[in-house]
Amino acid sequence: MIAEAGHYALVLALGLALIQATVPVLGARLRDPALMNVARSAALAQLLFVGLSFTALVFLHVTSDFSVANVFENSHSMKPLLYKITGVWGNHEGSMLLWVSILALFGGLVAAFGNNLPLSLRAHVLAVQAWVATAFYLFILITSNPFLRLDDPPIEGRDLNPVLQDIGLAVHPPMLYLGYVGFSISFSFAIAALIEGRVDAAWARWVRPWTLVAWIFLTLGIAMGSYWAYYELGWGGWWFWDPVENASLMPWLAGTALLHSAVVMEKRNALKVWTILLSILTFSLSLLGTFLVRSGVLTSVHAFATDPTRGVFILLILCIFIGGSLSLYASRASSLKQGGLFAPISREGALVLNNLFLTTACATVFIGTLYPLALEVLTGDKISVGAPFFNLTFGPLFVPLLLAVPFGPLLAWKRGDLAGAAQRLIAAGVAALIAMALLWSFVHGGSTLAPLAIGLAVFVIAGAGVDLVERIGLFRNPLGIVWRRARGLPRSTWGTAFAHAGVGVALIGIVCETTWNSEYIGTMSAGQSAKLAGYELKLDGLQSRQGPNFRELLAQFTVTEAGRPIGVMNPSKRSFAARGSSTSEAALLTRGVSQLYVSLGEPAADGGIAVRIYHKPMVLLIWFGPLLMAFGGLLSLSDRRLRVGAPKPARQARGLQAAE
Amino acid sequence: MTRKQRRLTMIGGAAAVLVVAAALVLNALRDSIVFFSTPQMVTEQHIAPGKRFRLGGLVEPGTLVRGDNLAVTFKISDGSAMVPVAFKGILPDLFREGQGVVTEGALDSAGVFKADTVLAKHDENYMPKEVADALKKQGRWQEQSGAKSDAKPELKPDVRSDATPTNAQGAVR
Repeated sequence: MIAEAGHYALVLALGLALIQATVPVLGARLRDPALMNVARSAALAQLLFVGLSFTALVFLHVTSDFSVANVFENSHSMKPLLYKITGVWGNHEGSMLLWVSILALFGGLVAAFGNNLPLSLRAHVLAVQAWVATAFYLFILITSNPFLRLDDPPIEGRDLNPVLQDIGLAVHPPMLYLGYVGFSISFSFAIAALIEGRVDAAWARWVRPWTLVAWIFLTLGIAMGSYWAYYELGWGGWWFWDPVENASLMPWLAGTALLHSAVVMEKRNALKVWTILLSILTFSLSLLGTFLVRSGVLTSVHAFATDPTRGVFILLILCIFIGGSLSLYASRASSLKQGGLFAPISREGALVLNNLFLTTACATVFIGTLYPLALEVLTGDKISVGAPFFNLTFGPLFVPLLLAVPFGPLLAWKRGDLAGAAQRLIAAGVAALIAMALLWSFVHGGSTLAPLAIGLAVFVIAGAGVDLVERIGLFRNPLGIVWRRARGLPRSTWGTAFAHAGVGVALIGIVCETTWNSEYIGTMSAGQSAKLAGYELKLDGLQSRQGPNFRELLAQFTVTEAGRPIGVMNPSKRSFAARGSSTSEAALLTRGVSQLYVSLGEPAADGGIAVRIYHKPMVLLIWFGPLLMAFGGLLSLSDRRLRVGAPKPARQARGLQAAE
Repeated sequence: MTRKQRRLTMIGGAAAVLVVAAALVLNALRDSIVFFSTPQMVTEQHIAPGKRFRLGGLVEPGTLVRGDNLAVTFKISDGSAMVPVAFKGILPDLFREGQGVVTEGALDSAGVFKADTVLAKHDENYMPKEVADALKKQGRWQEQSGAKSDAKPELKPDVRSDATPTNAQGAVR
């Protein structure tokens, strides 16, 4: 009954999306406010019905209704409640339903808070949202219905993949989807602008908060996913350049570029055509990511060819939306008026440079991800493009970008003074040189490039600091004035500084972890100890115990530093009977921002066990960086400028957080 | 500067960056991609010792031997040929005799494949896609052993076992 109700609600949502996709456009043609306003109520009703449908699926999973195929294949009655809920999106059908639910959520937010948008713009934006929604509703209903019943209901389910039975699944996919799908708003705004043939600074002001919201969630989602992979997969890697990861990195790079070009458009009314193109590209990359992950094309090009329904359907959606929007762009872009002039050395110029490098880096990731697929289809050769490729392409492109980051905020709009900016950055440069000199003289081993990279990171962080110091006039004015100036500084300036510093922080973590990571791999039996990076880990013993839906082998290590005990670590190996598979649960011990990492291998015949121990210096900075970036984004979002004359972004942000 | 000059500066700068990026990509594609081979291809093509490639197939039952200090040897077969493999380190959770596996490394002069990475990149049916494709080509494919590839989007089921600390993982240097 619940399953049928959920299915029915989804069909109704499709119906509402069809109305929302057509009537408002007609209304805009006829200049009929009543018809245009249909968009608003349709979007809200659509959100209601897809929400009901999603709730129904959650209910089925929570109550373990194994007569529903989706629940049978991904759940187990003994599974803890949290994983029963998160298991809803731990599979294809459920995650697509989450995807459209979030799409409807964003549509609903525009409808609810977009009162100060011009009526026809809002009608067009919501109509474009509904086009995307319609395509995905059809996809779910035709190829991936989560509410299908089984003729012969089994007593017990097949359980969720053990790797996914983790708190990470509760946070990572919804965050990532809020980011991915959030870019649909800037896409819809871009298409609406092209349809109306009118785009101006006000347009950028409406689009920017939405882009920022999506970008914040995508940043957090990617960082969360990376940390999850780090502790769950059991060998301490945090980024694999796996196509699935690249699929989320590409929209992030394009979205970061969009964020910056939208600033130029808002402030200087320039780069309009480019910003529109970036909006289209960013969401297209989100769709591409959905295609890569959802179509099975990554599992096997051949699996894709033999069971084509899902893959071909998404490919069709991809072609229609990307092809359609780019054709519209090609035919309409020339009619958009060119905006303000600026010299190559200026804030605008710096932001263009940022865009150039970010999109180029995005293109290299694109090539590295899709080249193996293309080659296999064309020649049948199977190759793998891994970390070395990306280190050789992505790395060199990011160096000039990071060098330029501190200069950007110090340059004036329209015509900047490069020498002046360089002079003000001397302090940051000196800090970087000191960091490099210290590393060269005190730290040995590892690549000679590492101190240079850390110097670069320090330059970025100190550069962000210099910008703030300059603006509030620290060291030049009495403290009272400094305080007043600091409070008067726009929040977006603080946001910029935090986000830029976050990039540097993440870079320090990445370089330290890859360069000075040390590891011990060997067989240990009870009573033995291993020494690593000044720590001693003694294996106290092993024991078996029973978990809710698994058995585990639990090891206990006592960690001492210079004879002083500092903690106990309990890595384990779990075997899940329902799927006959096992996972390694790594144990982590945090010391400052560094971590000790222990994971278990297979037990040896003599009662010992294979262990893998890592010392990962500064590793937590890899994820603190993105947190800082997201915090910067949040500060920018709360800027007064974006609240005034924009569709109340602050309230949107709060609404989104509540929905987590 | 006139408007035209400004525009030319911009376009020139963009073109320069794109040319550099294209050069980087082509260079990286020449040097850092790894080809996939099956045991049959290895015996037929005489791959030079020291050249890195990926070897995939089934772990031949009964060939897994654990030595001292986490050294393991096993044989990978595809039904028509067999290649001995030596590896040092911890095998991934999903490694089983009789199941599919992909390893990365190079042949030594004695014809033993020295693997430094063992990948278990596949679903719960223990079948890597390269191996499945290769077996299908040879008609040794049984549908139940790998037909259903379950969707596991959110976490890549890519578990590696790295014996060498030099194997840098996705660093931006």
